[in-house]
Parts: sequence; structure tokens; C-alpha cells
Amino acid sequence: MGKSDSFPKVASRQEVLAAGHIVPAEGRCIQCGICSFNCPIGIDVRRHAWLGEPVVEAHCLTCGECVRRCPRGVLHFEQLKIFGGSS
Amino acid sequence: MNRYVIVGTGVAGVSAAQAIRATDPAAEITLVSEDPHGFYSRPGLAYYLSGEIPDKQLWLYAKEDWQRLNVRFVAGRATRLLPGEHRLELGPAGALTYDRLLLAVGAKAVRLPVPGADLDGVAYLDTFEDARRLVALARRARSAVVVGGGITSLELTEGLAARKVRVHYLLRGDRYWPAVLDETESRLVEHRLVEDGVHLHYNTELVEVLGRRGRVAAIRTEKGEIIPCDLLAVAIGTRARLELAQQAGLETQRGILVNEQMASSVPDVFAAGDCAQVFDPLTGQWVMETLWNPARWQGYAAGLNMTGYETKYHHRPSFNVTRLAGLTVTIIGSLGGSRDDDLLTIARGESEAWRFGLEGVTLYQTADVNRLRLVVGQKTLLGALVMGDQTLSIPLQELITDQTDITPIREQLLRADVPLDKLIFNFWQATHPRQRGDQHG
Ligand SMILES: Cc1cc2nc3c(=O)[nH]c(=O)nc-3n(C[C@H](O)[C@H](O)[C@H](O)COP(=O)(O)OP(=O)(O)OC[C@H]3O[C@@H](n4cnc5c(N)ncnc54)[C@H](O)[C@@H]3O)c2cc1C
Repeated sequence: MGKSDSFPKVASRQEVLAAGHIVPAEGRCIQCGICSFNCPIGIDVRRHAWLGEPVVEAHCLTCGECVRRCPRGVLHFEQLKIFGGSS
Repeated sequence: MNRYVIVGTGVAGVSAAQAIRATDPAAEITLVSEDPHGFYSRPGLAYYLSGEIPDKQLWLYAKEDWQRLNVRFVAGRATRLLPGEHRLELGPAGALTYDRLLLAVGAKAVRLPVPGADLDGVAYLDTFEDARRLVALARRARSAVVVGGGITSLELTEGLAARKVRVHYLLRGDRYWPAVLDETESRLVEHRLVEDGVHLHYNTELVEVLGRRGRVAAIRTEKGEIIPCDLLAVAIGTRARLELAQQAGLETQRGILVNEQMASSVPDVFAAGDCAQVFDPLTGQWVMETLWNPARWQGYAAGLNMTGYETKYHHRPSFNVTRLAGLTVTIIGSLGGSRDDDLLTIARGESEAWRFGLEGVTLYQTADVNRLRLVVGQKTLLGALVMGDQTLSIPLQELITDQTDITPIREQLLRADVPLDKLIFNFWQATHPRQRGDQHG
């Protein structure tokens, strides 16, 4: 049953490769860990969602894999404003 | 030094411990649990079953987290609560005295009430041990029967199908999950299930499990049909674990009744999570839920109140996002439902509030597998279901949770001369400008 049409449209690869970071929406995450499991460089994305903190790690490739895989639309890409802070 | 005892190491219990430690650094906190696997993501069990994550992914707390929390663990089952003496008995493990105690004992899957239900190969999905057993059974099984309804029955169906087990899903009525879905939505899900090779049996009631040498071999239906199977997976509902509470004289209905401070009717005893019954302002009812985030928030609020730091738990409109036969579905607030013979109570990941029919007008929009259902009240949106395309998932969650006044668009909504989705999305953007950066496209 692979054909899940959840939230992938939220962030295309081009979009996530722009300057920005992954932000968890509040009250949605159920800590399944699919995001962390699929992060190509091993960032514990789920941890950020538990703490309600954006993934601001310098290593994050913003590849969008976690956004695409999350079955519950927890993760979103947020662009950074040029002068700091998030939009 | 204050002594706190928490029964249960699920998300409600652990969140309570966190809150206590944050407000009372010197506190002595004891966590009691009979689950040898401790604290893990229960909703994640469904993805472990489907093979999307390995088991080790389920544990979210690392050693350092436990060190920081600085709690004492006692393994074993709490057998008796004596609130007058502030004492909790643990059977062979002894007894504990407390100043404040939290019951965060969760809910348990309702057992199948038919002959043969105790045969080896009859399975439920409550704990990690259950999930591990299901995975082992699925490895040997060629065909399985699933009975029940709601989200868990499909997680079982899909998880087993993903493990190449041939699945027969029995429905007592003529459609899937009438308690929450309307007929169109049921059909969309059923259609996908059939496409995925699941054998759906409508109007079919299981009356007996047949065994061979102590193991499940087949099931018999009311009509006398025999369906051979090596595994029977059951999800007919959950019930709060009320034994301790009832015997200690706490006020209970379907759950332990708590006030806004998460306090029970008995001094110094609190309750939170799946075992608690809380007031829902949207429906005006005390409701049961089996939802991870409310359990977390309730546990945290309970913990703060236990330390004397008064805080109110505000119940938000019930919300979950789940996957039904590969279709993502967001369910929020109150939708009203029909009679559902597949479930004796709510299953996992659900809320009683969803089934409530409030005074409102229901509107629909369907395109292919994408469906939007809205319940429009006098001034606010009361409920919504978003199936397939999830563009409106967050907007509707926010509009309903914030009880945003929809007067500016209400007439237009009811006239329905503009597509519902556009109207809602634009209105959300206008009323929730902070979040606009989240959306792309
Ligand atoms: C398969 C599955 C799918 C789910 N899907 C979703 C979903 O999609 N969305 C969502 O929001 N939620 C979902 N949930 C529900 C969510 O996991 C629960 O709401 C949440 O875990 C409840 O937490 P809790 O702490 O109240 O109870 P629990 O996690 O049940 O913890 C209770 C603890 O108490 C212990 N205990 C009980 N009695 C005793 C005793 N007498 N002595 C000692 N220990 C005792 C138990 O062993 C257990 O450790 C799902 C759950 C499951 C199992």
C-alpha cells in the first residue's frame, strides 16, 4: 500500500534547497520516528518535533525527505528572511 | 521533600514527570509500570507493523533524558490504591506512600467476546509486545482475518497486507467506520482496500474462532461461512483501565472523571491520558479520547497541578491525522456519525467528540479521492474532515481550534457559489497571517 498521498506537495526539492529550515507544526506529531529514520544524514528530526523546535542544524541539507515521509503533515519548510528570523 | 507517584510510563505519565521535575527540582518521583518496554511511541507501532520503521525507532527518550528527569522506576503492577492512607500497593513488589499520585494507566483493547477468542493467534495492537507478536505471526501466516473498525482495524489490515499476508476484513454492517465517515468517504476507503487486494466481507459477523491444536485455524460467521486463517486481528475498541480507580472510590464513567486541574474526585489523586474523561467545551460533554497529544498535554497539566502550581487544561477540539488505505485523512472537532456495529467503544487514535452531531450545516466537496466535509455552525466551524489532498489540513485545524469567527464568509460558504477549498484557504490566510510562510505553491 505504498500510494500515500499525504503532504509531499508542501515542499518540493527546489523549494527546500532554498535558504530555510524545517519547522514542526504544534500538536500533530505522534513520535513515530519515520522522519529521523529517513534523514540521510541522521538528524533526529523527531526530537525537534517533540521539543517543538525548528531544525536549525548547520548539517541539514533541507532535502525535504522528512517533510515528504511524515505521515501526518507535521513538518513544513519555512523560508528564512534575509535579515534573520523566519517568515 | 514531596513524594510523587505516577502509575504508567506512557506519554501522559512521562509528561507529568517532566512537569513535576521542572517545577519541583527536589521532588522524589517514582514511576510505576508493568510494561517492561517502558516509554515508546504507541502510534508508531502501526508503522513498525507495516515495516516502515525498525523497532528501535519507537523509543524517543535517550539515557540522558532519563538522567535529567531523575526518576525512580518500579517495575510491576499497581494492585490497590488506598487514598485515605496515601498508599499504593504493588503486590509482590511491596507498597509506596505518596503525597500526590497520578493515574496514567491508559486504555486496553476490548477482548473479543466469542468462543475460541483465547486461541493462540488471536492478536490485538496495544503494546510493543503485541506488535512484536503480530510481526512474528505475520511471518508464518498466509491469511488473516481482521475484525473491528476505526483507525486500528485498518492499521492492522494494511500492516498485515504490507507483510504479504492475505487479509479478509469483516464488517458487521454495510460500510467502513460509519461512526465517523459518511458514506462517500467509506466507499473511497473501501475501494482503495479492494484495489490493494484486501477481501472485504460486508454484513458479516464473526461468531466463533476455530482452532487446531490450540492455534487459530479458521473463523465461522453467523451465516455459517468458514474462513480459514492463521491469524485473527481484533480492533473492536478500547476501554480505560479503571480497576484501581473504581476500587479506590474515584468517580468514574467511561473514564476517570477529572476537573480542569486534572484532579479526580478524591484528594491528592490525579488522572491523565487515555484513562481520563475530560470536559470538551465544543460539545459540552465529558469525553474519552485515545490521542497522543492530548495525553501529553493532560499529563503535563496534571504534573504542574500536583506540585501546587495551578494550571488549567483546556481541551482543544479533537484532532487526528491518519492514513486510511493509503489516503491521508484529517479529522477535527465534531462531525456527527451513524451507528457503528464494528466498534464497542472508540478505538485507538480516536475521540468520542467526533461522533457528536452539533447544530450545524454540513457542506461537501469531492474531486476524485479528495474530499472535504465541513460542519458550519452559527459563528464558527464545528468540525471538518479532509481526505486525500491535505492543503486544508492545517488551515482547518487552526480555524476550528481557534474558534475563528466565520461571519465574513458564512453566507458565501452556504451559497456554495465559490469552491469551498478556495474560500477556506483564503479566509485562513487572511485570519492567520503568521502561518503564511509555511505554505508553498
Ligand atoms: C496502534 C496504535 C495507534 C495509535 N494511533 C494514534 C494516532 O493516530 N493518533 C493519536 O493521537 N494517538 C494514537 N494512538 C493513541 C496514543 O498512543 C495514546 O492515546 C497514548 O499513548 C496514551 O498515553 P497514556 O500515557 O495515556 O497511556 P498508555 O500509553 O497506554 O500508558 C499507560 C501505561 O500504564 C501502564 N499501566 C496500566 N495499568 C497499570 C498498573 N495497574 N500498574 C502498573 N502499570 C500500569 C501500562 O503498562 C502503560 O505503560 C494509537 C495507539 C496505538 C496503540
